[in-house]
Amino acid sequence: MATSEIQHTALTLHDQLPILQVAIPLLAAPLCVLVGQRHAAWWIAFISSFAAFVISCLLLVQVTDGSYISYEIGGWAPPLGIEYRVDALNAFMLFLVSGIATLILPFASASIGQEVPERNHTLLYSCFLLCLTGLLGVLITGDAFNVFVFLEISSLSTYVLVAQGAYRDKRALTAAYDYLIMGTIGATFFVIGLGFLYMATGTLNMADIAARIAEQGDNRTVRAAFAFILVGMGLKVAIYPLHHWLPNAYTFAPSAITAFLAATATKVAIYVWLRFMFGVFRPDFLFDVYTLQFIILPFGLIAMFAASFVAIFQRDFKRMLAYSSIAQIGYMLLGIGLISATGLTATISHLFNHGITKAALFMGVGALVFYSGSSFYDRLEGRGRTMPWTSAAIVIGGLSLIGVPGTAGFVSKWVLVQAAFEKGWWPIAALIVASSLLAVIYVWRVIETLYLTAPAEGAARREAPLPMLIPLWIAALSCIYFGFDGVFVVDIARTAAEGLLTSPTPLPLLEGN
Amino acid sequence: MWEFIVGHLNYWLFCVLMMTGLYIVVARGNLVKKIVGLNIFQTAVFMLYISMGKIAGGTAPIFPTDMNVDPNVVYSNPLPHVLILTAIVVGIATTSLGLALVVRIREEYDTIEEEDILHIERDIVTAENQSHGGAMGGRA
Repeated sequence: MATSEIQHTALTLHDQLPILQVAIPLLAAPLCVLVGQRHAAWWIAFISSFAAFVISCLLLVQVTDGSYISYEIGGWAPPLGIEYRVDALNAFMLFLVSGIATLILPFASASIGQEVPERNHTLLYSCFLLCLTGLLGVLITGDAFNVFVFLEISSLSTYVLVAQGAYRDKRALTAAYDYLIMGTIGATFFVIGLGFLYMATGTLNMADIAARIAEQGDNRTVRAAFAFILVGMGLKVAIYPLHHWLPNAYTFAPSAITAFLAATATKVAIYVWLRFMFGVFRPDFLFDVYTLQFIILPFGLIAMFAASFVAIFQRDFKRMLAYSSIAQIGYMLLGIGLISATGLTATISHLFNHGITKAALFMGVGALVFYSGSSFYDRLEGRGRTMPWTSAAIVIGGLSLIGVPGTAGFVSKWVLVQAAFEKGWWPIAALIVASSLLAVIYVWRVIETLYLTAPAEGAARREAPLPMLIPLWIAALSCIYFGFDGVFVVDIARTAAEGLLTSPTPLPLLEGN
Repeated sequence: MWEFIVGHLNYWLFCVLMMTGLYIVVARGNLVKKIVGLNIFQTAVFMLYISMGKIAGGTAPIFPTDMNVDPNVVYSNPLPHVLILTAIVVGIATTSLGLALVVRIREEYDTIEEEDILHIERDIVTAENQSHGGAMGGRA
């Protein structure tokens, strides 16, 4: 390893990309408040999100071959210093999160004007940027405690963002409060788990922890750490029995915020799961394998069916989509539970594909709500005729949610079915298809409401404003694009999955530890 | 046996505090009390971290100013303490945000008792079912 002096002279702006990825939105957030003018704040938020997106693209092209970039904060070499480590998995997630943030902001500029009073806009953009910072930080860091800190940055700002829905419906406040209680319990469990890991290994660098656990093997402290991290992050992921906070938070948050959270927050939590279960604990740690196969996999299956059933009986479009999110998380858990490269490929590509699908659908709801004022089905009747562009985009999103061939949702479900067959577990493949049929029912209810009922009397043709329609259609078209050209997503997902399953090069161990 | 119990006193207290906090969060209906419970729960974790940094016979990890470190002196591990400084900041932010939400909830609902809030929300849902649930036979 080169000494820090040599590295300092060799650094160019290009080498600083990993830190800029997090620093730009972090510095832009207080700037929004200082400027204090809502249009300027929007521009700051948009430009910094776009900059983060460009950086994530630059990082992604460097690591698609399976290599990784290691960045030492302040020139302190890991494992003592904090390391930012970018590999195919988190570069791909950074791409998703910053891309969605850039896409949502133009949408937000139109939609929150109706949903949140103007005096709050500057602060809302500032919180949005903090949330983005937290999510990007969780993804990029290679230090376990850093994950906790960034997780709390994103969670705390998320609670504020959800509570902003209170100007439409006061239940947003209790939803945010519930989320705060659950989220904090989850994060605290996570930090207890990290404490046990530190006790067992004496280090906080994830690659270093992995190497030391592999060295000392299984013991009770490591098992306790695993259990706390599993449950703690499980609360943030909203795995089936721990999902209580999700439907209310998604239903009552402002539309743009729901679209952003649904597409990114739970996905980032699943990323942390993947990183800890495969990157830190390694699958040769048997406790890990048993837990994934006998606890996570069944919960995934239950989520796929139970949440889909509940979704069918909703009368509110937005709440229906929230339950469908829980069901879709079930597919991702299933991919994790299969513990194979193909299973993980399915999980990672579903993270991405479901992210853009849900972003499209929640933006669609936001556009409908813009005129109808609420997302109950009876208020949306006949919108297919009065808002044809919005409705068409919702139909595309809905098809992708079901997994119709030619849409993004199909590609990842197909890989998931392949993974099940690879293991010879054909009943699981049958269950995947069966639960997709439930998705047909709840998506059909939406299509029926939009197209097969008469619009309310005197309803004129009134399309949503362009700042909402353009991001909505970009998301909808990318659902189709990634459906026809699934190779891009699946290739990166496979590189990422293989990166998770092969052990990383261990860092040189420090003496005296 | 006695050694085991007394020697791990900090950890026993951590368990007791953690479960007390968690119990208060679950069992109390008052929103402010829930936040207090959450606070106790988080404080327990601080104790866990600080305990693990302690090394038997270790002194405060401050080197003498002339940097003549005596190799025979044992120092405690400062890293967990530093981590907990961060966690304390997170805890304060969570508590203040939670209390701010409680203030807003009281403005809107005029109560901070969970049971009353649930009652009010149930009434809202019933009203919604009556006005929007036509397609589902009046209920959803």
